[in-house]
Amino acid sequence: MTGLAVPASTVPGRPARDEAPAGPGPRGSSAIAGPGSRATKVLANVVLVVVGLCFVLPLGWILLASLDASATLVVDIPEEVTFANFSAVMTPEQTWVPLTNAFLLSAGTGLVTLVAAVLAAYPLSRYRMRFNKPFLYTVLFGTCLPITAMMVPVYSLFVRLNLLDSLPGTILFMAATSLPMAIWMAKNFMDSVPVSLEEAAWTDGASGMTALRRIVLPLMRPGLAVVFIFVFIQAWGNFFVPFVLLLSPEKQPAAVSIFAFFGQYGSVAYGQLAAYSMLYSLPVLALYVLVARLSGSSFALAGAVKG
Amino acid sequence: MTTLAPAEAGARGAGPSTPRRSHLRRSTGRLVPLVPAIVLLALFMLGPVIWSFYGSFTNAALTGPNAAEPEWIGLDNYVQLLSDPDFPKALWLTVLFVLASAVVGQNVLGLGLAMLMRSALKPVRAVVSTLVVTAWVLPEIVAAFAAYAFFHADGTLNSLLAGVGIAGPDWLYENPMLAVILANIWRGTAFSMMVYSAAVAEVPPEITEAARVDGANGMQRLVWVTLPTIRRSISTNLMLTTLQTLSVFTLIYVMTGGGPGTDSTTLPILAYQEAFKFAQVGYGTAIATVMLVIGAVFSVVYIRSLKPEVD
Repeated sequence: MTGLAVPASTVPGRPARDEAPAGPGPRGSSAIAGPGSRATKVLANVVLVVVGLCFVLPLGWILLASLDASATLVVDIPEEVTFANFSAVMTPEQTWVPLTNAFLLSAGTGLVTLVAAVLAAYPLSRYRMRFNKPFLYTVLFGTCLPITAMMVPVYSLFVRLNLLDSLPGTILFMAATSLPMAIWMAKNFMDSVPVSLEEAAWTDGASGMTALRRIVLPLMRPGLAVVFIFVFIQAWGNFFVPFVLLLSPEKQPAAVSIFAFFGQYGSVAYGQLAAYSMLYSLPVLALYVLVARLSGSSFALAGAVKG
Repeated sequence: MTTLAPAEAGARGAGPSTPRRSHLRRSTGRLVPLVPAIVLLALFMLGPVIWSFYGSFTNAALTGPNAAEPEWIGLDNYVQLLSDPDFPKALWLTVLFVLASAVVGQNVLGLGLAMLMRSALKPVRAVVSTLVVTAWVLPEIVAAFAAYAFFHADGTLNSLLAGVGIAGPDWLYENPMLAVILANIWRGTAFSMMVYSAAVAEVPPEITEAARVDGANGMQRLVWVTLPTIRRSISTNLMLTTLQTLSVFTLIYVMTGGGPGTDSTTLPILAYQEAFKFAQVGYGTAIATVMLVIGAVFSVVYIRSLKPEVD
């Protein structure tokens, strides 16, 4: 899926604003539980705990199996906790090369997207042009297109352009697919930088690009970080695009090589599969926490993308 | 809560004041920074879309003479599509997958979680929302492995069922669609939950309060007050989850591979298999074109519903 939004409220540890106070009382009312109806509150908590258990079981398997010397497909407390699974997969060809490829792919996509998006966002945010509206509609339309549906034509197009199995080609394609969303986000972050600061610079004869570089960009640094990380996370987790476009194993990112590993050893070495999954997932989990902090602090990402 | 927050029209000034040159030249100069974005979008988004329409009228293959020199075969691929029993089946499975996992599953569970969170204890809320969001943030292939292990014949679900004395079926073979639908609900509910939490938080408490004073019970307040107030978020979220679910590939591909047979082959899987497994790139492209058109129709409906906010 294209993970679209990181709404600012309701990221873990950052409860939605305007939350109902815990105690009973008129302000404590919520849409379902009436104030003072203890039974409803208890019920709500019980239901949430049950849902939480359903959600934790598949997740827990990855964590527990990665530490288990004799892992199976069942969530189980390891009888013997071991890091052998990790040391078994932490070899250059198994982990480090694919992770490096994934980093190159994601960082490259993030950079290309960020530069193109910021440049495009500046005129869209600062000038009122007849061009803006149709362009923004087109971009919005591009946000919605099912990218998966495009992979077969993209493959044959890449064969024609001689871009198959090329890391730069894949980066450019992934940048193009994440660009519509990035332009929207960058434009919204830029809209929140007051235009009055630039007017002074314009009066002093600075060009639009100078004002962008000297005044706007430093003021929207957290926003830039959010856009970059957002694109990075998506590219890091993307399986289908590199799976179709990158063919030689030494170029493939972790998402693809982990699938090959699963195909070869997945039915026996569950512990190693889980350990590899952990190593591959941890960077995006850490980045997500970072982006939640950033967007929660000074910028509400909910303004950029939301339902 | 508004969607894709609009720029305050008119709030932005006229930009750097240049001496009055020709109006045309000035606005052309202002478009220059848009060039990299436009080139990228034209080459790698518009290009494949056009190529998709073109390629669907050829007999392009993966290897052999038809790979180098595909021939124009007109509507043959589409005729074949209509007579291929796999296609209507895949279309139906896609509709089932989208309706059950996105429209019903993710939306109802997401809204339910958002509402329940409001009356939950703080630690419960924090832990449960972290778990739900983690399933969504994980790379899709890892989420697919986790779901595979959960639904596998020797997996967690069956060992839990065995614990209460039920011999569970081999979910991935006997009920593949049920397994992938549940897995997609598990994977994607976080998005709806976050959208609805933000929306519900913006419902003015006075309104629900007034309804409560008038004697409306919890269910009545939800149906008559909260839902109408957040209807815009609901329609936006329905569209976005539909479009995302329409293009789910990895989850199904890893869990069932579209099988057994074609029993969980949705359109993305079918397009991939026809193009790369059976080497019929032209035919696969025709399936891709059908999906693009379906996605485009949904997008247009979605954008029309947002129109007042972009303008």
